[in-house]
Amino acid sequence: MPRLVSHPDEVKIISRRFGQGAAEIDRYIELDGYKAAQAAIEKGPEWIIAEMKASGLRGRGGAGFPTGMKWSFVPKQSEKPKYVLVNGDESEPGTCKDHLIFLHDPHAVIEGTLIAGLAIGAKMGFIYLRGEYRYLLKIMEKAVADAYAKGFLGKNIFGSGIDFEVVTQTGAGAYEVGEESALMESLEGKRGVPRIKPPFPAVVGLYGGPTVINNAETIATAPHILLMGGEAYAKVGTERNGGTRLFGISGHVERPGVYELPMGFNLKRAIYEVAGGIPGGKKLKAVVPGGSSTPVLLPEEIDVGLDFDQMAKAGTMLGSGGVVVIDESVCMVEFALRTIKFYQHESCGWCIPCREGTDWLKKSITRLHAGGAVDKDIDNIRYLAENMMGRTFCPLGDAAAMPTIGFVKKFRHEFEEHLNGKGCPYEHQREAVLV
Amino acid sequence: MADVTFTVDGKKLTAPAGTLLIDACRKAGIEIPAFCYYPGLSLQAACRMCVVRLEKVPKLQTACTTPVAEGMVVTTESDEIKQSRKAILELLLGNHPLDCPVCDAGGECELQDMTFKYGAAESKYVEIKQHREEQQWSPVVFFDRPRCILCYRCVRVCGEGMDVWALGVQNRGVSSVISPNGEDHLDCEECGMCIDICPVGALTSGTYRYKTRPWEMNHVATVCTHCGDGCKTTLGVRSVDDGSEIIRGDNRDKSGMNGDFLCIKGRYAFDFTTREDRITKPLVRQPNGQLAEVSWEQALEHAGMKLREIRDTRGGSAIGVIGSTRTTNEEAYLLQKFARTVLNTNNIDHHRTADYASFAAALQGKAGRTASLRDFLTAPAILLLGNDATEQHPALAWNIRSNVRQNRARLYVANHADIKLHRQAKSFLQIPQDGYAALVQYLAGNEAGFDGTEISAAFREALRKEESLVIAFGSEFRGRDIQSLVDFGLGLPNVKFAALGDYANSRGAADMGLMPDLLPGYVPLAAAKHFGEEYPSLPSAPGLDMLQMFDAAEAGNLGALYVVGSNPVERYGIDPTALKNTFLIVQDMFMTETAAVADVIFPAANLYEKSGTVTNTYGDLQLAKKAADKAGVRTDFELIVRLADKMGADPKKLVPFGRGVRADMGQTRGAQSGEADRHAVWLAANNLEPKLSPFDPFAVFDEIQRLVPSYNVSRFELLGGQDKQTRSDLVQIELDPARRDLVLPANDTLFTSGTLGRYSRMLHSVMESRTTKPAETAAD
Amino acid sequence: MSTPATTIFSPALAARFDKLVTLYPVRRSALVPMLLYSQDEVGYISDAVVEEIAVRIGITPLDVRNVLSYYSMLRTKPVGKYNVQVCTNISCMLKDGYGILDHCKQRLGIGHKEVTPDGLFSLEEVECIGACCWAPAVQINYDFYDDLTPEKMDKVLEDYRAGRGKETL
Ligand code: SF4
Ligand code: SF4
Ligand code: SF4
Ligand code: FES
Ligand code: FES
Repeated sequence: MPRLVSHPDEVKIISRRFGQGAAEIDRYIELDGYKAAQAAIEKGPEWIIAEMKASGLRGRGGAGFPTGMKWSFVPKQSEKPKYVLVNGDESEPGTCKDHLIFLHDPHAVIEGTLIAGLAIGAKMGFIYLRGEYRYLLKIMEKAVADAYAKGFLGKNIFGSGIDFEVVTQTGAGAYEVGEESALMESLEGKRGVPRIKPPFPAVVGLYGGPTVINNAETIATAPHILLMGGEAYAKVGTERNGGTRLFGISGHVERPGVYELPMGFNLKRAIYEVAGGIPGGKKLKAVVPGGSSTPVLLPEEIDVGLDFDQMAKAGTMLGSGGVVVIDESVCMVEFALRTIKFYQHESCGWCIPCREGTDWLKKSITRLHAGGAVDKDIDNIRYLAENMMGRTFCPLGDAAAMPTIGFVKKFRHEFEEHLNGKGCPYEHQREAVLV
Repeated sequence: MADVTFTVDGKKLTAPAGTLLIDACRKAGIEIPAFCYYPGLSLQAACRMCVVRLEKVPKLQTACTTPVAEGMVVTTESDEIKQSRKAILELLLGNHPLDCPVCDAGGECELQDMTFKYGAAESKYVEIKQHREEQQWSPVVFFDRPRCILCYRCVRVCGEGMDVWALGVQNRGVSSVISPNGEDHLDCEECGMCIDICPVGALTSGTYRYKTRPWEMNHVATVCTHCGDGCKTTLGVRSVDDGSEIIRGDNRDKSGMNGDFLCIKGRYAFDFTTREDRITKPLVRQPNGQLAEVSWEQALEHAGMKLREIRDTRGGSAIGVIGSTRTTNEEAYLLQKFARTVLNTNNIDHHRTADYASFAAALQGKAGRTASLRDFLTAPAILLLGNDATEQHPALAWNIRSNVRQNRARLYVANHADIKLHRQAKSFLQIPQDGYAALVQYLAGNEAGFDGTEISAAFREALRKEESLVIAFGSEFRGRDIQSLVDFGLGLPNVKFAALGDYANSRGAADMGLMPDLLPGYVPLAAAKHFGEEYPSLPSAPGLDMLQMFDAAEAGNLGALYVVGSNPVERYGIDPTALKNTFLIVQDMFMTETAAVADVIFPAANLYEKSGTVTNTYGDLQLAKKAADKAGVRTDFELIVRLADKMGADPKKLVPFGRGVRADMGQTRGAQSGEADRHAVWLAANNLEPKLSPFDPFAVFDEIQRLVPSYNVSRFELLGGQDKQTRSDLVQIELDPARRDLVLPANDTLFTSGTLGRYSRMLHSVMESRTTKPAETAAD
Repeated sequence: MSTPATTIFSPALAARFDKLVTLYPVRRSALVPMLLYSQDEVGYISDAVVEEIAVRIGITPLDVRNVLSYYSMLRTKPVGKYNVQVCTNISCMLKDGYGILDHCKQRLGIGHKEVTPDGLFSLEEVECIGACCWAPAVQINYDFYDDLTPEKMDKVLEDYRAGRGKETL
């Protein structure tokens, strides 16, 4: 069972019910559950969208698109049925926040799905979890069944005359399916290859119908926003970055865990105060601030607020909120290698620059790490990554190229230490086995 | 859609809104590189070669997925774009085997061309390349995985284009691989479209692999010899010891009515031309009963003398002639003229695979009512009655599928079987095998005799609402049924028709009068006045039809039978002993069942070895050009003329050569050759070319155009390689209502082609390799 | 597109599939879950599984293979009864995930994607499994084990060997 952590600096909104037994529907109702949904039914779509817009909530998957705006893009009239799709394909290395939501507060996801459905006029929602989350699927399935039993889902929900169905399922192991259009492909029983955009999902999405697709955390936040009011939620965060967010702090910290911090919270404080700093008196070497695809920060760069805009200014991204802390004992070439191996393994293979680019990066860095490279290979690695940036079919190419460029730029000296047969100066160098 | 104006590389362009940028640019002569984009197939945006810069858009965009928009400003070449494309190529080449020197695609490879253009030859990656063995997926299809650049063209053309869906993509990332449906082999229609469309040498064909380099071939554009669709094909030929052989067929330039489509027969089944058991010496039966090789002179002399003797002693009515569905129009015409004016007989027929005569009768005087094969690509609605086009008219099926896919054409199918085109049909009606006539009555509003259902009512309803319809019907329709179908169709607003018959020149054989009762152009013998000059001694009584000839032979009343490119003994199940008292002359490539009992056999050339014109089943007239050559064989045209000569006839009367202007043709070689060629083309186009030889088919074509008005099409365009529709309104015909129905459908499948198909090893090996063998054909 | 007359699946699973294909606007949506559940029951995706699923959904076996080969959790060969999946991605790597992997290799005497001779265990190095804050993490079949040390790992393996392991399906 994943360990829950707590810290006084946290502002618990979305994690409010963690550890409270809220997976049981009655307990969830006791903790204000399904009140937001009923309010949403009463007050109607315009109100929901207005509150969501006022909240300043931005997509928690990583791209940070304003949620209220996204919902408002769905056309009111549509020949084809509309859908809500919840992206619980949490797969970005360093990220495990949705894991806790499904575990501790499954009804928040269901209620959020229902609210999104009411907002756009959908009659059906899908909650898609990554394939590894089978035990969480069981929890979700039970929660959905309980909600049906109570009349919160299905025909005539809450006696309102409105119908809303929810189907839950998992994937089967594919990071790329976290990309929204690839997720829709997967849900339609196909290979998880992204779709050409435009058209965007809000217009042509799942089964060709207008679709709202949101990250599980985003969706689970919606009921809280309706309960506390959009403006109140917005106030918790910084300008244009409303509310709080679940940050998963992992790696070399004293108290790794998922913490709910207001948007804009200082990264350095998050590491040193909230998560207790670096263990064993070691020095900090680097921080990957928002999941493995976000460019690395040096210790001198971490005095920065955790929101979309401040992180962008710092030359990186807020990403998925997975803060990975790296101490001085780590070989950054090995870290870069482990990162690129992941993207090479997960590239869907659709487009040339991503498919071939990730493979060549992996091969080149592997060789470099083992000492088989010369100086111009470092330039080649950077050349390759830079030529992938912005040229691939979907953002996975960027997700692989960006951190690589960052590692080469900021740790070039470490790359150089490996050259000309020297190999890795760090003791824990290991054979790479993932194929 | 309304036009929009936009700027590309400083040039102002206009195109209908929604046009893809890549198409708009190409149309304006601005070439944008592309691997994955292929016109007519779904968009992929996978290769990223077509990137361009759009003003005010942060990232480079793919021109293959960007629709043009008003005011759009585009840059298609810049350092940034060049670099982006170069990087893609470097990545591809990093894992590409670069075995260009032995690769089939070498010299016509899109990857080579682009590497050359973008200068991406330097290898940035020193890692070892993955080697994988080449795989054979079928007798036709080979796959060399490391060469594949994953453009998915093959997957799409097989699925979307062919509706076969035999290819897929498996695994992911760098392990992604194109996979056949049988795991290690293909179960498919073997059309070779996937090979054709592959931009590199990853898919290669069994017939062409490692045989030659593209630049060692000559390319000749001609017409497929197999089915009645008349696909345009470009044959790649190269010199060999005994002539020149065909090693490839494709239609990459999309020049014909078939676009880039060819079925397995057009693409691969030319191997009969080089079979070692082809007859290449004239054979004459000796007193001992054995066939022996003799000289041309002896064989012609012998045959001519015998024919003359029988004509002179027993009269022309004791001689029969059977023509071919695969010779040119000129040959068919010449053969019947020879029969009628030299042999003095109307005993002439051919293997009829559709009732073109009734069709012509039904449409006479009605202009613009025949559908070209092209019409099936654009018609808003199509009605297919009978026939399994996927098997019997693969190009028609291709055009229908493309039309449904690209233009959302509405397809209505009525058939006694659940044919594959059902999948494209908006409405499908299954009817009893003998229910076609009743169906037409039903469609026309006459309920009797047809078990109407809700489905059939809806079918009829929808059909009647169509404002423009093309009707294709199979050989299920004959005689009066064709008349009623046409009557029904003419009641709808805007209808065109096509009668589906089986072989490359089935239509031409009928048009050219290979029939006992009808002259060229379906002119009844009784109405032949305008034939007077060319046919001075035309016998006026109708001759014997195919079956009557064999009856006459059996009864001892047929002194001689002259069979050109046909195998009636096998086709009609004739007991060969019926011919024991008949002097039999056969012109053929192979020792067919008919040839085996012949007294004289002349080795003949096939359609790929001669020039002339052919008419597909839709009445589209096309030029066939000589591509291959085989020492020892002669064209049917030449053989007929020589035989006439040996019989003492005046070849000049038969073939009006030596007319035209006198012209100084100048040099045809050396520095001035281009000049002379242009001169000749101009003369030919204006029907002024000197026809200097009795073996010149165009001398006969002159006469055809004079006597058969429906063939009076633009020569210039015909010679330029275009297909020209013959006209239905210009035939004059009066059919004897008691005329016998002698239509014998060939029932060929994708992998059979009558007697000819039996001599293609390629077709055989495909049939043998198929896990589910197609049903035996009825008549072959 | 039909329910096959005979099935290779247990009656319960067959019934589940009958229902599953009706849950979605299109039958094909059930494909990925069906593949997973078949794998849970059969142990891997056999040719027979491919064939039957193709029939049930109304697509070609090629379609099924195209899809199944895309997803890394789906396999066409049997694995051990307990498939030990060790995460070595960044967060786990920082917490000695490779050490756990090496330890498992040693204990089980097998390498990446290998199966113990008794068929009880198989081992796999996997990508991030969504337990980064509780690294190093391992999944055995569908069950998570986190904050691992070599000692804790031994205990987990021992439990499974003794038939006491968790078995979420
Ligand atoms: S030969 Fe034709 S039918 Fe066969 S795989 Fe290729 S495209 Fe498909
Ligand atoms: S085999 Fe050829 S056509 Fe097919 S994906 Fe590969 S390169 Fe493209
Ligand atoms: S469709 Fe007919 S004409 Fe075309 S290639 Fe095939 S056999 Fe030849
Ligand atoms: S042609 Fe546009 S991406 Fe391939
Ligand atoms: S990195 Fe191991 S679980 Fe995320």
